[in-house]
Amino acid sequence: MQNSLSTPYLPKINRIMLKFDHVSKRYPDAGDALLDVTFHLQRGEFAFLTGHSGAGKSTLLKLIAVMERCSRGQVLLDGQNLNKASDRQIPYIRRKLGLIFQDYKLLQDRTVFDNVALPLVVAGYSHFDIGRRVRAALDKVGLLGKEKKLPQTLSGGEQQRVGIARAVINKPPLILADEPTGNLDPELSSEIMKLFEDFQQVGVTVLIATHDIALVERMGHRVLQLDHGRLVAS
Amino acid sequence: MLQAYLDIHAQALFSSLGRLARAPVTSLMTVSVLSIAISLAAGFYLLVANIQQLTGGLEDSNQISLFLKDHVTDDAGVNLAEKIKKFDHIQEVKVITKTQGLAEFREYSGFGDALKALDKNPLPTVIQVMPEHSLEEGPQLDELFTKLTDLQEVDFAQLDMQWIKRLYSIMELADRGVTLLSFILALAVLFITGNTIRLELHNRRDEVIIAKLVGATHRFIQRPFLYTGFWLGFCSGILAWITVTVMLFILQQPIDRLSGLYDGVFSMRYLSFGEMMSLIAISSLLGVVAAWAVLCYQLRLTKPE
Repeated sequence: MQNSLSTPYLPKINRIMLKFDHVSKRYPDAGDALLDVTFHLQRGEFAFLTGHSGAGKSTLLKLIAVMERCSRGQVLLDGQNLNKASDRQIPYIRRKLGLIFQDYKLLQDRTVFDNVALPLVVAGYSHFDIGRRVRAALDKVGLLGKEKKLPQTLSGGEQQRVGIARAVINKPPLILADEPTGNLDPELSSEIMKLFEDFQQVGVTVLIATHDIALVERMGHRVLQLDHGRLVAS
Repeated sequence: MLQAYLDIHAQALFSSLGRLARAPVTSLMTVSVLSIAISLAAGFYLLVANIQQLTGGLEDSNQISLFLKDHVTDDAGVNLAEKIKKFDHIQEVKVITKTQGLAEFREYSGFGDALKALDKNPLPTVIQVMPEHSLEEGPQLDELFTKLTDLQEVDFAQLDMQWIKRLYSIMELADRGVTLLSFILALAVLFITGNTIRLELHNRRDEVIIAKLVGATHRFIQRPFLYTGFWLGFCSGILAWITVTVMLFILQQPIDRLSGLYDGVFSMRYLSFGEMMSLIAISSLLGVVAAWAVLCYQLRLTKPE
């Protein structure tokens, strides 16, 4: 966990990666998206986040990525209270997260290499390190040799692998995926899930929001279930 | 780490230039509009600078001309001039004797032949008194003027100042007008650049959001846009300089001809090297400032949702 050690505001490694403590999120016009949610994830844990659409899955992930702030309670990421994080600190918090999206969120006018390299470029890595690590990440997701391609020339499964390579290139301690297999067929979905399990094997905490119940049951990991903003099973 | 920092800047510098080059028509139009505004300001500045140069030589002509009475001889005139020279606040005194006056008149007026018809020299002896610069205005000058007028030998005295004062007021007005105009044109440059950057930011919204999501700081996201602002300003500055220089070049010949008719008193002044550098520096700075202002405002609104 070289990443955690190098963060200045963290003197020790926390055993608890993520903690929600009586968290509520109310939108002014849409009402309560999350109500009194409490749970925590151990370092290296693998969990699914399920629930009907509108149950608050995306809101929960947004709170972790500080795209939103909670209305009540507190969210602790690696021991840091996200409520108290200043705008200036947000980029550094996000560097601890590997974010994966249903629509991949790739830059269509940049090559696969540039897309995957983005988190390193943003963090100010040298050219040499970037090249080495991008190739390693692409190798890991099975896309070595496609560095120079543009995302739109790749299949959906391949594009999601690019997204995953980008999410893990920074070696983040926590991976958050929002419906990562939403656009993929079951076979591809299993392959992607297998990748996530590989990351868990090396100590990364993984939280995946999905409504693919069949897939969740087949994999047999911990399940956090949301229903109308309340956590009904964890 | 320093190397990586420099890499990032160099990368932003050249990628923003490359981005402008990839949309050549749009970039060229923006730069043209900007450079027109800048060259207007620079052109008016030069116009005033040239007129100032032309009138600069007049500064010393705040002189008093004493026309001596007809009976005063040339020698008496010279003696009087010596006396006046010892007065306070006198910079220079120059005598134009009757004979000299006649010679000059014959030479420049074109009435030389007519003068031959006169049986005696009708011109008076003239003493030109140049007061010190500190006396340009105010009661001391009036005092001196009265003192000179009261001299027994003096028929009448004339203070050649009124028209120069007027001219200088006009120049001051023009000078201020140019400053004001430059200010307004600078605002135009700011708004045009700002709007260009805003559109660019809008076009690259996805990129900004993705960069934010993978942990880019505001500073990182701002950088390429600031460089875009810089390039816009820099290129317009250069284009404006070229425009102004070409315009002066086209005017050069007729002005030389005109100047030749006035004894070559006037030679046209181009932008000096220092002025050219300032022009480019100021327009580059305006570009960066415009980009920065827009980014400060817009980046806060561009939130990953």
